[in-house]
Amino acid sequence: MEVYLDNAATTRCDNEVAALINEILVNNYGNPSSMHALGVKAERRIKTALEQIARTLKCKPNEILFTSGGTESDNLALLGVAHAYARTGNHVITTAIEHPAVAEAAAQLEKEGFRVTYLPVDKEGIVSLSALEEALCDDTILVSVMQVNNELGSVQPIEEIGRIIKARRSDIFFHVDGIQGYGKVPLSLSRAQVDLYSVSAHKIHGPKGAGFLYVKKGVRLLPLLHGGGQQNDLRSGTENVAGFAGTGLAAEKIFSTMEEDAARMRALRSLFCEGVLQEMEDVIVNGAGTESASPHIVSLTVRGVRAEVLLHALEDKGIYVSAGSACATNHPKVSPVLKAAGLSDEDASSTIRFSLSRETTKEEIVTALDALQDVVPTLRKFQRM
Amino acid sequence: MQFSTLLISYAEVALKGKNRSFFEDALIARIETVLLNCTGSFRVLRYTGRIYVEAQDYDFDETIEALQHVFGIVGIAPAILMKRIEKTDGVPSALPDTDCIAEEVLHFMREVYVETGRATAAHPMTFKVKCRRVDKKYPLTSMEVDAILGEKILDAFDAFTVDVHHPEILLHVELRENVFIYSDILKGPGGMPIGSNGKAMLLLSGGIDSPVAGYMVAKRGVHIEAVYFHAPPYTSERAKEKVVDLARVIASYTGGVKLHVINFTDIQMYIYEKCPKDELTILMRRYMMRIAEKLAIDSHCLALVTGESIGQVASQTMQSLTATDEVVETMPVFRPLIALDKQEIVTVSEKIGTYETSILPYEDCCTIFVAKHPVTKPRVDVIRKHEVFLEEKIDALLERAFATGEIIDVR
Repeated sequence: MEVYLDNAATTRCDNEVAALINEILVNNYGNPSSMHALGVKAERRIKTALEQIARTLKCKPNEILFTSGGTESDNLALLGVAHAYARTGNHVITTAIEHPAVAEAAAQLEKEGFRVTYLPVDKEGIVSLSALEEALCDDTILVSVMQVNNELGSVQPIEEIGRIIKARRSDIFFHVDGIQGYGKVPLSLSRAQVDLYSVSAHKIHGPKGAGFLYVKKGVRLLPLLHGGGQQNDLRSGTENVAGFAGTGLAAEKIFSTMEEDAARMRALRSLFCEGVLQEMEDVIVNGAGTESASPHIVSLTVRGVRAEVLLHALEDKGIYVSAGSACATNHPKVSPVLKAAGLSDEDASSTIRFSLSRETTKEEIVTALDALQDVVPTLRKFQRM
Repeated sequence: MQFSTLLISYAEVALKGKNRSFFEDALIARIETVLLNCTGSFRVLRYTGRIYVEAQDYDFDETIEALQHVFGIVGIAPAILMKRIEKTDGVPSALPDTDCIAEEVLHFMREVYVETGRATAAHPMTFKVKCRRVDKKYPLTSMEVDAILGEKILDAFDAFTVDVHHPEILLHVELRENVFIYSDILKGPGGMPIGSNGKAMLLLSGGIDSPVAGYMVAKRGVHIEAVYFHAPPYTSERAKEKVVDLARVIASYTGGVKLHVINFTDIQMYIYEKCPKDELTILMRRYMMRIAEKLAIDSHCLALVTGESIGQVASQTMQSLTATDEVVETMPVFRPLIALDKQEIVTVSEKIGTYETSILPYEDCCTIFVAKHPVTKPRVDVIRKHEVFLEEKIDALLERAFATGEIIDVR
C-alpha cells in the first residue's frame, strides 16, 4: 500500500483538474493575445479562472495575477513592492521562519541596500507581535509573514498582524505567503488588511508550474518579467492558459469542501499525534497543538533516529514523508526554521514531517502509525555513536 | 576553417617495441568507438608512428572533446593533409613540391591566424616553421624547407615576424607518406589505451576519492568494473544515483563500467551488534574487500582499486590498511591516491568532472554508524579474533548479499 503523507511538498493533481488541463492543451490552444477567435476563447478561459479564484478570496478578478507558482508570487511581492516604493522607505520586515522563496528574496533586497528585520518566533513557531511593533518604523514599506509554516504547521495570527501594521501606518504593505494556508486555514483578506497574498496551485491538487499573487487594487509593483505586456504589463509572457485554468478549478474545488476537509484532516491529525505520543517514547510533536495548528502538517521529532534514515525506512514500507531538515554528516545543515523555533541541532536533525490532504484516509494514518512503531525501535538500536 | 584531418599523437604507446601494433590497435579501436557517438563521418588511419582521423561534416568541439576522453592520446592537431602524388607511367610517386606546399601553408596561416584576427599588422605574432622530413627522398633538406616557407609567409602577410627561439606559432610541416601542416596541438589525456592492460574492480563510494582512483587506474589502460555498497534505509536511492553518475564519468573515458550494487545493511548491522563499536569501520572494510575480491574473481578482474590515502581517516592509517589488505588473498590492491593530498585529489576530480557530483550531501554506508573514536591502530590479531564473533551468521549474510546484488551497466 502506498501512503502519501508529503502533501505539504506537493499534492496529487485532481482528476477533473487534470482532465481540464488536457482538454485545454489539446482543444483550447489559442494564444490569449491573438486577435482571432481562438485567442478570444483562450482569453475567456483565463477570465473564468480569475473569477473562480476571486470568489474564494472575495476579491475582484482584476486583483489576481497569475504566475509560475509560489516562488514567483513571493518574489514578485517582495521585490516588486520594494522596488516600486523604494523612494518612500527602505525597510522590510519578515520572519525567521519564512520559506526560502521569501527569505531569499529578502536577502536579495538586503544586497540591494534595503534593511530587513527578521522577527523571531516562539516555541510553537508563532511570530512575536511585540517584536513586530518594535520593528515597525517610519522607513518600513513592507511586512511579509507566512500564513502557515511549511515545516511546523504553525498558523500565524494574520489578522492581528494586519491590525498592528495598519495601526502604525496604513501605507505599509502587508504580504502574506498563503502557499500552505490557502484552502486549508480560513483567512479574510479584507479583515486582515492583506495587500498581497501568494498561492501555489500544486499544493491544492492543481498543476505544478502555476500559481497566483493577489495584489490589492492600488498597490503598485515593478514586474520581474519584461516582454509582451501580458497581464497588465505586470507579468509578460504568453499565459499558461491550461495551468491557470487548472489553478482556477483546483481553487474552486478546494474551497467547496474546505470546512469538511479541514475537520476531517484535523481529526486524523489528532489521531496520529495521540497515537504517536501514547505508543512511543522520546517523541515530540513540534509546534502548536492540533486545535490551533494547521490541520495538514505534523512535525515530529523522533529522538535517537536521524530523519533521513527514518524517512527511507518508512519509504521502504510505502510511506512517503519529508525530512524536517536536510542533513548529512559531511554537510550538517540544520533547518533554520526548526532552529528558530528553538529546536536543538540534534532534535532538528531527528525531525520528520507528515502532511495530509483531503484525500488522506484513516486507514493510511493507522498504517503510518504502525510503521513508525515498527521501524523506530530497530533504528534506535543502531545509532551513531 | 574546417580541418579535414586530426593528427593524433601518442607518446607512450610508441615506445612499446614489438607490442606496438597491439597498443595502436587498441587506441584506434577506442577512437573509432568514441567517434561513433559524434556527428560527422570519420575514418581512422595509421601510418608509421602516426594515427590520424579524416573527418567530414563534423562538429569540431564535440569531436575534440570525445577524443580528449581517449586514454593514450597525448595531442590532437587539427591539420591540413596533402596527399602524395600518385605514381604515373614510370614516374615514381612523390610528395608535392615546395610551391604547392607553400600555397597550402599560406592558406593555413590566413585562415587560422589572419582571418580570425589572432595575428594582425598592429599585433603581429612570432612564428617559426619546423619541417620534419621523414621521407628522406625529398629533394630539399628540412632546413631548406623551413627557410623557403618562412620567407613565403613573411612575403605574403604583415601579421607575422620570425622568432626561432620562442615562437608563438610553431608551424609544423611533416613530410611523411603525405604532408601534414599544423600548428595548434590540443592536449589529450595521455595514458594508455583502454583494454591494453586488463581489468580491475574499483570500490566506488560516493566520495571524492574513489572516482579519481578509478580514473587514474583506467588511464593506465585498465578496464574498470566497480562495486558500490548500498545500505538502505540508511543510504538513500539518491546516494545510489549519485554513484551511478560518478560511474558514468569514468565510463566516458573507458567506454562502460559494470557497476555491482551490493546491499550491505544486514552485514553492517550484524557487525554493529556483535563487535566493538570502535572497530566497526575496519571490520566493515574487511568485508567489503572480501566481497569485492569475490566479485573481481568472478568477472576476471586482476586487481582491486581503492581511493585510500595514507592517514586521511582512521581506516586509512598504515595499520588499518594492513588490516584491510590481509583479507585480499589472490590479487593486488591498487591505491593510486596513497600519497596524494586531499587538495591534489580534488584538483583531479574537478578536472575529470566528478567533483560536483561527489560533494552532493548524501550519506554513504561508511559514514552512517561511524564511531566517535574509531581505532586508528588496529591490531590484526585482535581484529581477527573479533571476527570470530560473527561466525554464526556471516556466511549466510554474505551469500545473501551476493545473491541480491544488482548489476548496472553504466555507459
